[in-house]
Amino acid sequence: MDDETILLAHGSGSRLSHDLIEKNFLPSLTNPLLARLDDSAVFDLSGRLAFTTDSYVVSPIFFPGGDIGKLAVCGTVNDLSMSGAAPLYLSLSFIIEEGLTLGELKKVVASVKAAAEEAGVKVVTGDTKVVNRGSADKLFINTAGIGVIPPDVDISGANAKAGDKIILSGTIGDHGIAVMSQREGLKFSVPVQSDCAPLNKLVSDMLQASRHIHCLRDPTRGGLATTLNEFARQSGIGIRIEEDKIPIHDGVRGACELLGFDPLYVANEGKLVAVVPPDDAQKILTKMKRNKYGADSAVIGEVTADHKGRVILKTRLGASRILDMLSGELLPRIC
Amino acid sequence: MKFIDEFRDVELAEKVIARIKLLSTRSARLMEFCGGHTVSIMRSGLRQLLPPGVEMLSGPGCPVCVTSNADIDKAIALAGLPDVIITTFGDMMKVPGSYSSLQQARANEADIRIVYSTLDALQIAKSNPTKSVIFIGIGFETTAPTIAASILQAENEGIKNYYVLCLSKLCPPIMKTLLDLGEIKLDGIICPGHVSVIIGSHPYEFIPRDYGVACVISGFEPLDILLSVEMLVKQIETDKPKVEIAYRRGVTPQGNKTALALMDQVFEVGSADWRGIGVVPASGLIISKKFERFDAEKAFSITTPPAKEPKGCICGDILRGVKIPLDCKLFRKACTPEHPVGPCMVSSEGSCAAYNQYEAE
Amino acid sequence: MCLAVPVKVVAIEGNEADVEIGGVRRRVSIVLTPEAKVGDYVLLHTGYAINVINEAEAQETLKILEEMASLE
Repeated sequence: MDDETILLAHGSGSRLSHDLIEKNFLPSLTNPLLARLDDSAVFDLSGRLAFTTDSYVVSPIFFPGGDIGKLAVCGTVNDLSMSGAAPLYLSLSFIIEEGLTLGELKKVVASVKAAAEEAGVKVVTGDTKVVNRGSADKLFINTAGIGVIPPDVDISGANAKAGDKIILSGTIGDHGIAVMSQREGLKFSVPVQSDCAPLNKLVSDMLQASRHIHCLRDPTRGGLATTLNEFARQSGIGIRIEEDKIPIHDGVRGACELLGFDPLYVANEGKLVAVVPPDDAQKILTKMKRNKYGADSAVIGEVTADHKGRVILKTRLGASRILDMLSGELLPRIC
Repeated sequence: MKFIDEFRDVELAEKVIARIKLLSTRSARLMEFCGGHTVSIMRSGLRQLLPPGVEMLSGPGCPVCVTSNADIDKAIALAGLPDVIITTFGDMMKVPGSYSSLQQARANEADIRIVYSTLDALQIAKSNPTKSVIFIGIGFETTAPTIAASILQAENEGIKNYYVLCLSKLCPPIMKTLLDLGEIKLDGIICPGHVSVIIGSHPYEFIPRDYGVACVISGFEPLDILLSVEMLVKQIETDKPKVEIAYRRGVTPQGNKTALALMDQVFEVGSADWRGIGVVPASGLIISKKFERFDAEKAFSITTPPAKEPKGCICGDILRGVKIPLDCKLFRKACTPEHPVGPCMVSSEGSCAAYNQYEAE
Repeated sequence: MCLAVPVKVVAIEGNEADVEIGGVRRRVSIVLTPEAKVGDYVLLHTGYAINVINEAEAQETLKILEEMASLE
């Protein structure tokens, strides 16, 4: 009965709630910690910990290349990975809008399971609430994640130093365009898929190549431009990048032209930006290219002591201009 | 991408720039009228590459920026009516009116939807027969035919709940007004490329003839703009101002006759209220009597409080090319894209937004 | 309002056409360019084709740019 809809009663703690969890969530996500169904997951953990939380409100909830479930797992795993942590455990909270079908919910849970397996993380605790129609856009997901950072790793947006190289792990704009085009009814002859992916193994590969990675961040909302500006501000340095070194798929280019977006500001969910010492750049890059999520990696620029706090883009024509962070919403340019 | 990539070729660009440097012996003050040109110039960093004698000023060709506070207030007032859905292009959302903005109105529960096209607005009207769907019709002659087409389509398909707040403006009349104001001495104008696709090149002939100012109709890629600058510099150096089409793949002297005919069916020329300039006769479009049932101003009765201009905002001076954003005391301090005081900072084509995004201090 | 994008017409159905750029397709109106044919390139502005791009003129413009480049 996949077209059966979720009712308020499913979130009330009643037998319906228990059935929902035991029949639909547990079998997919099961692990010893979750299976106990206690109010908290209890475990031992030592070392320097990374802890993150995120909420996922993407609309539509299904898009080419993924859905909100995959996004929730990958996003949380990636946040932990960007501190250099090996992600271990996730919490998963669903806020379901009354009227979502069971079939849609099952699809999302299946995506959560697949993404968690790929990343090698476990969902150990969860919560389910159902709200009135109109109070949530089909489904909202909140997560928290915990991971352990190896002792000799110190990664932070404040660590960039003049002379460092900036590496981008692949094409930009894929996720934002995949979601946008779903909303706008664009069709693709060569589909643009969301790049939603867990990057923890890519990061651990990079850490194998070098323990001296200074900064890591995934350029999600606000895109590459915003992430680079964050580094520039946090580290008090300047950044120079070159427009023609940035990889972009043709489909993303075309969609951006059509919709009036600038790919530099479009969200990515399976990419990272790394700031690394110049002597380590080549070996890190080589290692990245061998990982499937880093195949299109490229050095796109460098850190400078000039224009502190600002990012400068060298355009294709050789002129330089400021690349600011996104202000406000990413609205399409019609003019 | 065809017709885009070839016109971004770096080697060709370098050579045109070298040619402009060779040709330019005297100062040439050029105005790029159209906001789309401003953005393209800023994005590619073109200004830096031109010789110092060639000065580029931005003009009032940003339809959002020239929409007056009074007109924005009307749109917001319409948004506050019951059972109304406002459909608008994205740029209008953040523009501050006298007291509020469409974005704020949406946060206060007004039903305001961003659309890419009047076609989307028509679709929303069809899907919501019990609501009145009002399209905020800003734009110049590029967009006016699409608004006319939507009104004709609504007429043909019997869509009774579609309305337009007609704020369309015309370029050649405002160019004349600017030249008459004589506040800045211009040597050449980069004429709007896509407006000209519709209206052709004849409407600009009065500019070289009556004012001795050079005119070149330009496309939007870096090579298009560079070619236009080269052609303008040549006209200026040889004292032979005329109207030339650089954007030949898009513009013909007579324009798009089908589009012009549709506009004639639906619109009449009337006066329009331009920010920074005031009410200018025969500079805008109004919906003709035959189609007045689509006119939101006639169909709905709204009261707006008296319009007021924000203190210290010099958007008007910037739109007329008399000042640049860096001259404004509020620029980047009280006036930022997150908290804009005037529309020039909000619109993606506005001078202040472009300067803020792309120019160093 | 100036943003218009060159796209290729891949199919026509009455007043509407499917157009393509960089592998992305969209349905648009050709009510302003009734003369457009499949295979033509048009300039797309807010969901309407506003003219048929003159390919010969495009080539001519590129030629002017290339020749200018070699003028001394």
